[in-house]
Amino acid sequence: MAVTLPRPGSIGRQAGARRPAAPPFLWIPAVLVAGAVLLPVAYLIVRAAGADEGVLPLLLSPRTFRLLLNTVLLGAAVAATAVALAVPLAWLTVRTDLPGASLWRVLTVLPLVFPSYVGAFALITALGPTGLLQVILHRLWGLERLPELYGFPGAWLTLSLFTYPYVLLSVRAGLAGIDPAVEEASRVLGRSPWATFRRVTLPLLRPWIGAGGLLVVLYAFSDFGAVSMMRFDSFTTAIYLQYQGSFNRSYAAVLSLVLVALTVLVVFLEGRRGRVRYHRVGSATARLPRRVRLGRWRWPALALPAAVVAAGVLLPVAVIAYWLVVGLRHGETILLSLPPLVNSLYAALLAALLTVAAAMPVAILSVRFRGPLPAALARLSYAGYALPGIVVALALVFFGARYAAPLYQTLALLVFAYMVLFLPQALGPLRAALLQVSPAQEESARTLGRTARQVVWSVTIPLARRGAVAAAGLVFLTTMKELPATLLLSPIGFETLAMRVWSAATEALFARAAVPALLLVLASSLSMGVLLSQEGLRWRDE
Amino acid sequence: MRRVWVLVAVVLVVLAAGGIGPAAGEPAALTIYSGRSRDLVAPLFERFTASTGIQVRVRYGETAELAATILEEGANSPADVYFAQDAGALGALAFAGRLRALPEQILSRVEPRFRSADGRWVGVSGRARVVVYNTRRLRPEELPASIAEFAQPKWRGRIGWAPTNGSFQAHVTAMRLLWGNERTRRWLLGIKANGARAYRNNTAIVAAVGAGEIDVGFVNHYYLFAFLRERGPAFPARNYFFPGADAGNLVNVAGVGVVDTARAPAAQRFVEFLLSPEAQRYFAGETFEYPLVSGIPANPLLPPLAQIRTPQVDLNHLQALEETLKLLRETGLL
Repeated sequence: MAVTLPRPGSIGRQAGARRPAAPPFLWIPAVLVAGAVLLPVAYLIVRAAGADEGVLPLLLSPRTFRLLLNTVLLGAAVAATAVALAVPLAWLTVRTDLPGASLWRVLTVLPLVFPSYVGAFALITALGPTGLLQVILHRLWGLERLPELYGFPGAWLTLSLFTYPYVLLSVRAGLAGIDPAVEEASRVLGRSPWATFRRVTLPLLRPWIGAGGLLVVLYAFSDFGAVSMMRFDSFTTAIYLQYQGSFNRSYAAVLSLVLVALTVLVVFLEGRRGRVRYHRVGSATARLPRRVRLGRWRWPALALPAAVVAAGVLLPVAVIAYWLVVGLRHGETILLSLPPLVNSLYAALLAALLTVAAAMPVAILSVRFRGPLPAALARLSYAGYALPGIVVALALVFFGARYAAPLYQTLALLVFAYMVLFLPQALGPLRAALLQVSPAQEESARTLGRTARQVVWSVTIPLARRGAVAAAGLVFLTTMKELPATLLLSPIGFETLAMRVWSAATEALFARAAVPALLLVLASSLSMGVLLSQEGLRWRDE
Repeated sequence: MRRVWVLVAVVLVVLAAGGIGPAAGEPAALTIYSGRSRDLVAPLFERFTASTGIQVRVRYGETAELAATILEEGANSPADVYFAQDAGALGALAFAGRLRALPEQILSRVEPRFRSADGRWVGVSGRARVVVYNTRRLRPEELPASIAEFAQPKWRGRIGWAPTNGSFQAHVTAMRLLWGNERTRRWLLGIKANGARAYRNNTAIVAAVGAGEIDVGFVNHYYLFAFLRERGPAFPARNYFFPGADAGNLVNVAGVGVVDTARAPAAQRFVEFLLSPEAQRYFAGETFEYPLVSGIPANPLLPPLAQIRTPQVDLNHLQALEETLKLLRETGLL
């Protein structure tokens, strides 16, 4: 087996690899998808054009700069924390003899099933100034007040805890695809396991860390629910305020365009990685990785997954269960309603399928073909993801009601909205999976007389299957939790679990919100099971 | 790879089917955009259908976002009726020319102070601004006679408010109309100097007062009752109304308007229904709001509406929020 060992500090660049021009059967659908994703930006430009000169003082005010700074700091802190949690957790649960590793593999991704506003509520209940922890500490040691949770610490903690699984799933997919022979060669050459991880494995994981990290940063930019519950003013707060306070859609559009500009900058910076080879050269099948023995660190290493699961899974489950009991005690009628559950599952499934189908041509283009168009298409897809849901929803209200009236307020438009919002979630895993597939396999299929189109269908897409399942799983989970677009664009009378939770919680009927919240979490957890069963993580024991 | 094609085809077919289904709804049905949550008003809509036989289709959402939606939908808006949580949002739609004038016989059921001056919307239930206080920390006698006094240093570290919340901003607008911009600015700065904690909405403030995070909060009167219903009478928070005709005693309304694109002739009947004794009693009994049609008593747990000495504020001017937002920005609260 021919294996190229990366040089220390750098990975072999694929210099001189010739890449053909993109064929129309790929770029036409990709351009259509990009056009769809750019609808919100088009809407913002239309609206911003209608702004009067009063928008300038708003745009240039110190507060606008402060909010922008808040948003940047939050995004950077959340992404750094998410990566710091996800990389060790991925390695521990996938590559080592951690006790109960397969159980921790499931548990450590579960925080993803909680909507961030539910997570924020759970953290406030537990760790707030007069929360459960304070009550306990008060009884024990008479502690009067905990350090302030509200503001930056709360927003940072909530978003880190409930979004790090995006990085975790991505990195685990990366670990599964790395040829262990590369790492083993490094060991043979005398590097310690730690040095091997740092010099070989980590650089190979970069696209996966980058893809997951980008999702987390942009999620932090666009989040409103958790951030506002934690009373942290980010740029999204300013945008919501324009809608809620003054109905001034032009001002809101101008502010939103600032967020678009910030997104472009972040996506550009993330995309500056050089063209690097992440796939094996030579034999098509990899050996199974060897399980790392943790030795005396085996039990202490449990502290990290245990702490994360306690805060990100047990805590919100306990809070929901508490409200369930309170509700039952005060005679709240618990109606286990089936239609919202079915609606949520159905819409999320359609969104997952459509989004993966839409992301596939963009992913293939951006990984396999050179040139400004493929690169630009992949980056454009982030446009909708970093915008607050209300902005994307109103954009589709605008275009839907005016130019696609028969589709307006139908399931079709709602699912389309989900695609616009969540395309990057599908794109990340798909691109990552394609990066690990050697173009040599496609080239040999061409040599054997297949057309470019046949190769894509019969070689490329099947090889990206694992990435496609991961992509569909992510989009499914996120769609289950989505609220602003669902509220404004769903067919009238179409109710989802997230809508039920929202409706009850806004009236402080937490006990009534508990049942739909529990169903939402359970349904998401089950789908997570399907997702994880496809991960195909295996290793050999020595 | 046939499988992928089949999958894509299935998605497209299902989407198309889904697209045709709900769009082909009965034209006779009434479409309501409700900024009031399902948990509060769905039973009321069911009663309307039961008594008139008219089907209703309801889109629930946030009041402001639904107003923005109607504005974006333009001439193709499916909405017949807009049911809003505050007068400001109704004013904004009326100002944009998107609400139809209502007949005098409907408008006259409600006092002029609770309806639009040019008859484009009508209030259906009243919501009073109050101070919610923690009963373990304060007795009602210890609370001041005017909301102005909360700017005094003795309230340092004890106040909660929601500068980003629509009903608070409406209240500040009322203060501006009553006190003028300068006095309102000084009051805002005084409360800010007292280290008031900013919450997201009324619910969060009532929860924080109940938990003892703060002693008092500026909220609408009915949020407390959801907590009392869920946690029982031991929940340590109660409402306080100012004794005089104070700026703190603003009574805002939840109201309704008929959208200019309305097709369903039943839109007006729905407005009439909301002003019927049945619906007015529902608000008194279920949402703890004030009925606005005379002759229907308020919930016995509340002081009667006539006893609340409200200041002279024209609710038609509450949509003049741009100036309020500017003031809140200048004082560093937004």
